Amino acid sequence: MKRRTFILAGLGATGALMLGVGLLPPRQRLRGRRGLPTEGGQVALNGWVKVAPDGTVTIIVPKAEMGQGVLTAAAMILAEELEVDWTSVRVEDAPVDPIYNNLAVMVDGLPFHPDDTGRIKRTARWLTTKWMREFGFMVTGGSSSMTDLWGPMGDAGAMAREAFRAAAAAQWQVPAETCRVEGGAVRLNERRLGFGQLVGSVLEHLPKTWTRKDVSEYTIIGRPRARLDAASKADGTAVFGLDAAPADARYAAVALPPTLGATVAGYDAAAARALPGVRAVVPLAGGRFGHLPGVAIVADTWWHATRALDALAVQWTPGAGAAFSSVSAAADLEARATRGDGFEFLKHGDLVAPFKRAAFSVEAFYGVPYLAHAAMEPVNCTVRVAPDGVDVWVGTQVPGVAVKAVAEVVGVEQEAVRLHQRLVGGAFGRRLIVDFVAMAAEIAKQVPGTAVQLLWSREQDMRHGVFRPMVRAKLIAALDGDGKLLALHSASAGQAMLKGWGRFLGDPMLANIPDKTTVEGLTDQPYAIPALRVIHDAVDLPVPVASWRSVGHSYTAFLLESFLDECAAVKQLDPVQYRLGLLADHPRAKAVLQLVADKAGWGTPLAPPAGGGRVGRGVALHWSYQAYVAQVIEVEVSPANALRVRRVVVAVDCGLVINPDGVRQQVESGVLYGLSAALHGEITFEGGAAVQGNFHDYPAVRFAASPVIETHLVLPGDAPPGGVGEVAVPGVAPAIANALFAAGAGRVRTLPIRLAPPEATT
Amino acid sequence: MITIQLNGEARTLDVPPEMPLLWAIRQVAHLHGTKFGCGISVCGACTVHVDGVPTRACVTPVSAVEGKAVTTIEGLADPVAAAVQTAWTALSVAQCGYCQSGQVMAATALLRANAAPSDADIDAAMDGNLCRCGAYPRIRAAIHDAARRLAGGAAPDAEAPAAAPAALGPSGPASGSARSATR
Ligand code: FES
Ligand code: FES
Repeated sequence: MKRRTFILAGLGATGALMLGVGLLPPRQRLRGRRGLPTEGGQVALNGWVKVAPDGTVTIIVPKAEMGQGVLTAAAMILAEELEVDWTSVRVEDAPVDPIYNNLAVMVDGLPFHPDDTGRIKRTARWLTTKWMREFGFMVTGGSSSMTDLWGPMGDAGAMAREAFRAAAAAQWQVPAETCRVEGGAVRLNERRLGFGQLVGSVLEHLPKTWTRKDVSEYTIIGRPRARLDAASKADGTAVFGLDAAPADARYAAVALPPTLGATVAGYDAAAARALPGVRAVVPLAGGRFGHLPGVAIVADTWWHATRALDALAVQWTPGAGAAFSSVSAAADLEARATRGDGFEFLKHGDLVAPFKRAAFSVEAFYGVPYLAHAAMEPVNCTVRVAPDGVDVWVGTQVPGVAVKAVAEVVGVEQEAVRLHQRLVGGAFGRRLIVDFVAMAAEIAKQVPGTAVQLLWSREQDMRHGVFRPMVRAKLIAALDGDGKLLALHSASAGQAMLKGWGRFLGDPMLANIPDKTTVEGLTDQPYAIPALRVIHDAVDLPVPVASWRSVGHSYTAFLLESFLDECAAVKQLDPVQYRLGLLADHPRAKAVLQLVADKAGWGTPLAPPAGGGRVGRGVALHWSYQAYVAQVIEVEVSPANALRVRRVVVAVDCGLVINPDGVRQQVESGVLYGLSAALHGEITFEGGAAVQGNFHDYPAVRFAASPVIETHLVLPGDAPPGGVGEVAVPGVAPAIANALFAAGAGRVRTLPIRLAPPEATT
Repeated sequence: MITIQLNGEARTLDVPPEMPLLWAIRQVAHLHGTKFGCGISVCGACTVHVDGVPTRACVTPVSAVEGKAVTTIEGLADPVAAAVQTAWTALSVAQCGYCQSGQVMAATALLRANAAPSDADIDAAMDGNLCRCGAYPRIRAAIHDAARRLAGGAAPDAEAPAAAPAALGPSGPASGSARSATR
């Protein structure tokens, strides 16, 4: 009760901040504080679209393209309303401006059940929305882009369309309603004026009101579109952060703390400086953006810099985390989960009586490891500090925070920082943290006038990342004589990701509110469980943690979906039917589950593996980021107990589908990312250091192990667009675990999945 | 000073002989299409062709390619590479795209050696090229597609990358679903 009050008090404080802001008019995200930069006779109709005299339409996308296809999908939203010829569309990165701040991601972060539409929740949402707009930041994450952009980008397109219609009508001296807009032109009978021909007058005709198209009129949204960035990524011309360094740049390699919390005691700068190609050796103090202390070498190439690191012979003073071991930490988490310490996020129904009268009770312990993001592009950032300002070339999920970090580290106003957003070679949450941006700024500041590119080695990227927390959880259920679920209790322990965020953003509010992401996926699922209690003990440990693709869902789905199977198994009930029985009030959830069962041939016999062994099919259903995803996975277990995942069938209801091909691609992506984690992903710590360092000891799924993936999209009528970038990840591990159980290979409760050798199971 | 044939041009680079080819290409010759992923020959992001053979530039010293023909993604210019890149674009293979230079180099080398690779051939040739975004199903489909293009067969329309039914979308049947299977 006390804690709940605290959450609201926190938002109340936000509300107090709001008083000075006043109510801004609706549709306030259309125009930025500064106008968009234009060139070659372009006109900017609002903060989202520019049109050139040749008819080229440039759409502004304030999201980092990190693989999820956001440039294409976001452009489709605006192009649909604008009635533009798709071949004339270009995309451009947004400047940093409050209109591009991401509201959806914060609103989604509030600790409420998605079914809760009560007054308090609405008020909190409204306050958070307003707070974010004024004080928040541009962020690509939380699978929130479509939800976030649907409003402003659709409105921006509709507004521009009406402006062109009015401009043409004025030229023809006819009422605007008589003119049609299509294919990038305004038409009236045989007459036609292309958008490009109207750029001279269109700004005099900006409308005050406009209406959005009806879904039945869509010609772009809902049709598969090839990615706008496909060709440049096939011919190598796409420019990533690593490719952004100017030709006269120097390259920096760094010595980083060998153990958690270590600091520099001394080093031999002269020895390193004497080596060929070395230009400078600079100390790194580190600081509040999570940037580590260390020593940087700036050289003619990154290879020269790396080679000189040895000569530095850095001595380190060990810090508080020097002895950290993930094995002993896991034991502590397990003890905490057993005791049931922690914050109560959800409690409803009677949790005492059912356990007294239960015919059966089920109890299970689950464990998941630390995970690294391991994106293909190691973190890097290029910075030049010059008298006329600071240039930053980087691929980041949070450009506003990156600007703030650089300004603070260099000691200039934020206005003096020019951030050049570049493509991101995979992020999965890692690029929400700006530690490496701040570090690059700290180096460049000490080599003024020179563009310096900081690059971490793969080993540094993997060992000095921000990790998905390790978690231990105990789940208990009470069942009646028919195996029906009466009550469920989940107690987990692990680090809180929001706390990690607070640490990197320097925001005490984030560090102190209960972090709902630790239990998301347990508290917010569509199942009607008569009594449910969910607690989590947020433990402080020296390992830096933050968001990892699908955040809390990345492990809660494994707990809950495995456990439901365990409950069903007590009376040998069918796992699909068991779940359907809990979904009476959730037709969308029911529909995806039925669809996936159908398409997967649930209940039909499975072909045995070619080389002998066992075979099984498992199911998982999970709601995250406004999307329902159900998966059925088929596994084979060889006589030597080797696991092969051979087929993954996925059904998705993510609301209105913008680019069906993009959704499919993200499903494929999420499944394979989830599969790598389920089969291989584990970072362990010994003596204060991460053990795994590269793709040989932190492997990912490769070609030969890549299963058949079948994606089925449910097409609902009117749900607004939800997320897709993360939603296919959570269900993979539990569906495999459930398939293994069905195959008679035992119950897997710990990730990554490691089957015991054959002797041990007999 | 070491002279290599870089994309058909003799280039004399002032680098130590033991410098890995990757850094000579990226930071001395300033060609950025070849990527750094692991540095220890386990990811394939740095794949280039040395005398036509796919090679990991991150572990190949410049001295080892002296006088040899080094081709990077920028230098690909033959019908096989063109078919690969067309298929890659038509099927929207890339996600983040960071691994894709290496994937395209590996796939081009495969198709030059084997005009109609089987799934098993693809597994064997491509298994060293990691993709953390999970583009494998589309890479496989695109290699088959490129093989068909080179054989003069029909290729799918670039505007319908996943061959989705036209009924797909919000105006489609409310209870309908669209299917795509990829391996
Ligand atoms: S960078 Fe060369 S194989 Fe990974
Ligand atoms: S497309 Fe991102 S790593 Fe392959």
